[in-house]
Amino acid sequence: MTEFTPWMSLFGGVLIGTASVLLMGLFGRVMGATGILAGFVMPQSAGDWGWRATLLAGMMTAPALYWIISGDAVAVDVPVSTAAMIIGGLIVGAGVTYGGGCTSGHGVCGIARLSPRSIVATVVFMAVAVATVYVTRHVVGG
Amino acid sequence: MRFVLTYLIGLIFGMGIVLGGMANPAKVLNFFDVAGTWDPSLAFVMGGALGVTALGYRFVLRRASPRLAEVFHLPALRQIDVPLVAGSAAFGLGWGLAGFCPGGALPAIGTGDPAVLIFTAAMVAGILAARAVQARQVTRPAREAAQ
Repeated sequence: MTEFTPWMSLFGGVLIGTASVLLMGLFGRVMGATGILAGFVMPQSAGDWGWRATLLAGMMTAPALYWIISGDAVAVDVPVSTAAMIIGGLIVGAGVTYGGGCTSGHGVCGIARLSPRSIVATVVFMAVAVATVYVTRHVVGG
Repeated sequence: MRFVLTYLIGLIFGMGIVLGGMANPAKVLNFFDVAGTWDPSLAFVMGGALGVTALGYRFVLRRASPRLAEVFHLPALRQIDVPLVAGSAAFGLGWGLAGFCPGGALPAIGTGDPAVLIFTAAMVAGILAARAVQARQVTRPAREAAQ
């Protein structure tokens, strides 16, 4: 069980939305984790790399800031095997590359623009994730 | 100055992920487990993020250009095709197996948790492999046309 945290989660969502609006309004970029990461590991040009590197560094500093503010470490509870992490990671990487985005790019920024591609992508990955957990927890693992 | 701003935007995004619970696979997987230990919290993350972005984009995209850049880089693709659906389905499968999506994993790297590092390394390998395959598919017809 994990605790239902509607207000904290809503606040987290508002921060994600704020970051998305700032990145578009200031730099004209979609706040999509997939696109930012892909351009960081495969830079298209020298000038296109710095903003990605600093943005990723900012993301990775969040657990430290959380610790400074709250005195607690960020909870990362992993209820699955290392094999599931490796296989899941490989499939996620290939999937978001072909699908052209993930939860942040399609699910937030794309749907915010009412992009039909993003709406389809989000419905598909959410439905498949629910089905996958149903199978691993209630069919195979149940 | 630009890099200070992009750093802060990343930090705001990362704090949203951390506070929302998306850096925690146990919470994410419970969101998907509607028939079991369902935790609807992540619907509130999505709702908050989507609401603010939809509203903010309305104002921001009305301008001719971004404040500190020349153009808005918006995806031009409109077509709903096989790679979009198959890729998204694969992403859903991997997300359901591991409990991390890219935006959840990247801020979680800052915790130093070994599982996050393993997941991220595998994810980057998946991105590089898919890009390599895509590059071949694009160049093959071009080469044939040249011959």
